[in-house]
Amino acid sequence: MLVPTRLVFALAALLCGTAAASAQDLAVKIGVLNDMSGLYADIGGEGSVAAAKLAVEDFNPAAHHMKVEVISGDHRNKPDIGANIARQWFDVDHVDVIVDVPTSSVALAVNEVTREKNKVFLGSGPASSDLTGPKCSPNSIQWTYDTWMLANGTGKAVVKTGGDTWFFLTADYAFGHALERDTSAVIVKNGGKVLGHVLAPLGTSDFSSFLLQAQASKAKIIGLANAGGDTVNAIKQGAEFGIAAGGQHFAGLLVFINDVEALGLKTAQGLVLTETWYWDMTDANRAFTKRWQIASSRPGKFPSMLPAGVYSSVIHYLKAVDALRSASDGKAVVAKMKEMPTDDPLFGKGYIRADGRKIHPAYLFEVKKPEESKYPGDDYKLRATIPADEAFRPLNEGHCPLVSG
Amino acid sequence: MFEIFGIPSQALFGQLLLGLINGSFYALLSLGLAVIFGMLNIINFAHGAQYMMGAFAAYLLLQYLGLNYWGALVIAPLVIGAIGIVIERLFLQHLRKLDPLYGLLLTFGLALVIEGLFRNAYGSSGQPYQVPPALQGGRNLGFMFLPNYRAWVIALSVVVCFATWFAIERTRLGSYLRAATENPVLVRAFGINVPRMVALTYGFGVALAALAGVMAAPIYNVSPQMGSDLIIVVFAVVVIGGMGSIMGAVLTGFALGIVEGLTKVFYPEASNTVIFVLMAIVLLIRPAGLFGRRA
Amino acid sequence: MATALDPAANMYGRKPGRSLAVAFAVMVALFAIGPFVTYPVFLMNALCFSLFACAFNLLIGYVGLASFGHALFFGWASYVTAFTAKSWGLSPELAIVAGMAAAAVLGVVVGSLAIRRQGIYFAMITLALSQMMYFFALQAKFTGGEDGIQGVPRGRLFGMFDLSDEMTMYAFVVVVVLAGFLLIYRIINSPFGEVLKAIRENEQRAVSLGYAVDRYKLVAFVLSATLSGLAGSLKALVFQLASLTDVHWTMSGDVLLMTLLGGLGTVFGPVVGAFVVVAMQTYLAPFGQWVLVIQGAVFVICVLAFRRGIVGEIARLLRVAL
Repeated sequence: MLVPTRLVFALAALLCGTAAASAQDLAVKIGVLNDMSGLYADIGGEGSVAAAKLAVEDFNPAAHHMKVEVISGDHRNKPDIGANIARQWFDVDHVDVIVDVPTSSVALAVNEVTREKNKVFLGSGPASSDLTGPKCSPNSIQWTYDTWMLANGTGKAVVKTGGDTWFFLTADYAFGHALERDTSAVIVKNGGKVLGHVLAPLGTSDFSSFLLQAQASKAKIIGLANAGGDTVNAIKQGAEFGIAAGGQHFAGLLVFINDVEALGLKTAQGLVLTETWYWDMTDANRAFTKRWQIASSRPGKFPSMLPAGVYSSVIHYLKAVDALRSASDGKAVVAKMKEMPTDDPLFGKGYIRADGRKIHPAYLFEVKKPEESKYPGDDYKLRATIPADEAFRPLNEGHCPLVSG
Repeated sequence: MFEIFGIPSQALFGQLLLGLINGSFYALLSLGLAVIFGMLNIINFAHGAQYMMGAFAAYLLLQYLGLNYWGALVIAPLVIGAIGIVIERLFLQHLRKLDPLYGLLLTFGLALVIEGLFRNAYGSSGQPYQVPPALQGGRNLGFMFLPNYRAWVIALSVVVCFATWFAIERTRLGSYLRAATENPVLVRAFGINVPRMVALTYGFGVALAALAGVMAAPIYNVSPQMGSDLIIVVFAVVVIGGMGSIMGAVLTGFALGIVEGLTKVFYPEASNTVIFVLMAIVLLIRPAGLFGRRA
Repeated sequence: MATALDPAANMYGRKPGRSLAVAFAVMVALFAIGPFVTYPVFLMNALCFSLFACAFNLLIGYVGLASFGHALFFGWASYVTAFTAKSWGLSPELAIVAGMAAAAVLGVVVGSLAIRRQGIYFAMITLALSQMMYFFALQAKFTGGEDGIQGVPRGRLFGMFDLSDEMTMYAFVVVVVLAGFLLIYRIINSPFGEVLKAIRENEQRAVSLGYAVDRYKLVAFVLSATLSGLAGSLKALVFQLASLTDVHWTMSGDVLLMTLLGGLGTVFGPVVGAFVVVAMQTYLAPFGQWVLVIQGAVFVICVLAFRRGIVGEIARLLRVAL
């Protein structure tokens, strides 16, 4: 199916030529909504906008008699601002689909607005697995990752490879608690043991005291149930206090490649983490990375899994809209997307479950030692692949009303 | 080995020492605030941003000029201090006759501008910076593993704080400074250039913040927002200590670091609020602060 | 000028009553045609902030107390309203009252601590206490941590008006904000307000005249906190959510900027300032990273060259009170 379609695209493009903007063209507007200026600007931000534009370019709208426009907005990690932009985009600017949206609080707000206006929300950025659980919606798809997958992937794989005693350094708020809870369950289920935990307030800059407590626990693995700057600080100070030298390892539960780059390999080496996409895994990924660096004018930087997810989700969305020849009914588009199998250069073949969960494999990586890294961005080595059917929460455990009802 | 409230005494000593290290940063920053306040009667809200600039300066000096930590320790405070002098000449000197609140507002605006510019240029996820080779590793003190770098932080900040106190309280230059605070007109009559002294004082306070920033670079995440939350805690430290005396600011800084360290052992969830709670208690008992004089 | 924070120049005018009445009529007319010209949710947002800024101005403009922690009252009231409306199913008017009550209680506690010090200490204390309550909001269960409280029902006002209708909600917001605005105007021009201004001009003299200065300050503080809470409660209903944004210190900075930009101690300044800042945040959003820089620069410019603010300058040019 794949090759002939591509051929047809190419032929059609040739035939259509400049007649692309004819009156019958189906107009589609994509809104990339994310954090352009704050904490998460580096993992998504303009990089996700560039990825969406690359996806549109590769889809080649002209060949499908479509006209696709990409706009972007900065939600500044504030749910009220995010909800407001979403509302305005749907009401005034005739946006058909919102993509990315990191920061779970904003994503949950956009999820509500999208359902109310019957449009489409493709979340590449949000972590909360509630989006495919109690808060699931017939208008939303969660694309790239979620907290359950992170906990499960890292927890299970680490225990299986010998890291069977854990101590948690947990960010003291709902997100951290949820990550610790989910990971602990996985560890215990796989025969590991949790020796203890310490709740560190969000935004703590000095982790040394907590690290001493972790050291005293003698656990093999120190699980970091936190994110962003907290994770970076904990690892940075862990290196200083000789955590790795003492035979203990960090397991990051939400770590992006940008965090690893911020730490430097010397500090981050040995850290294990789970992601669903890594730029240096396949030729297609490397090719995408090159184009992305130019398109987002970020030479020397590497895309996290978020822009990759944006790319993949936009491609699939456009295919579904093309099949329906209409973008106006959000529910219908999402239903179509669930019906069609997914296939794109970055995530390969996959599918979307009834609860709105995009299904693909996940990977457990270990951060390389500086001497193992041969070129910039050569940060990870693959430790385990978690097959697609095990990577995400089983459908019946999420309490999604779309499934039970 | 004995135990205190179920915590092994060894661990407790370790935590006390760690608290002292954190206290070093509070002490350096509140010292800078107190010096500036004493001379300019302004609360420098941009102090956190200037601390962040110090850390970034260390990173940039290494990245573009290949200058190592030791060089940065000298150069960064000088550069950032010079920027501070420019800020005083451009902006703050025009506010001298106004309510000190305007100084607070202006420096608040400056802090936003600086943080925004750095976010623009360097994103927000932070920059890598290593502990200098000479201070890597650590020693086992029996009750804890003390990284050499942390020991250096305590030593350096104690020396800097004491030197500052000495310079202001015990030297001729310091006496001019203190006199100029009390009565600028009279001091000017003695042929001393008061505006220049004010600008230099602000520059010095800013340089102290930058020095703290360089010291923080190897252990904390070097990011544009590293200063903005810290500065609020330092404000609370300053309210507790009162800004009447240099020594008061320094001692309060160290003491609160220890209190915070202990909280991290006994009730870690409250370790980020304990200083604010203490501030409320001090306000109830001694409104002028522990070392303050009632204005 | 006794103190530099002195906006008193704004209060001199030829016929203060008339210019204020005209300005008020213009404002009401603009509110009435607003939703037909521009996006109602944007207007409701700006209206909530107008009330917030007016309440803030009551303190900084008329008592000379600069609070750096007003997000505390705004945000916590919004949490309480969102929580009671969603989890207890309170009607919108009761949920708002609950939010205001919470803000008033917090106002008494914070106020009685903060007024023990003056000037910049007052600013630092309010900032520190609001940061403490931010951490509580982050860790507490009922606030939903960083997810906030989402999907708050707007409900039926007095069981009659369905607020889920955008225009009904808008009308409700306008009525509440105007009522708050008039109440603040009434307070400023009451004998109580005159004492407040006397304290602003010269606290020692007010003390020697036998006024219980601390009690006046505390009452003003609690009033300001309660009305800020009203604004926060309204915002929770408009956006149907309450989140950490509203309790973070950047919110305190925002409201300070609105008041300063509009004109400290002017009647209409905070409203104008709120609309300008909200518009700035909305329309500059595409420039993402620069918003912070621009806001900071506006602060600096206001302090250096523009201390009367927009309305203050207009009032000076027209030689009327606004």
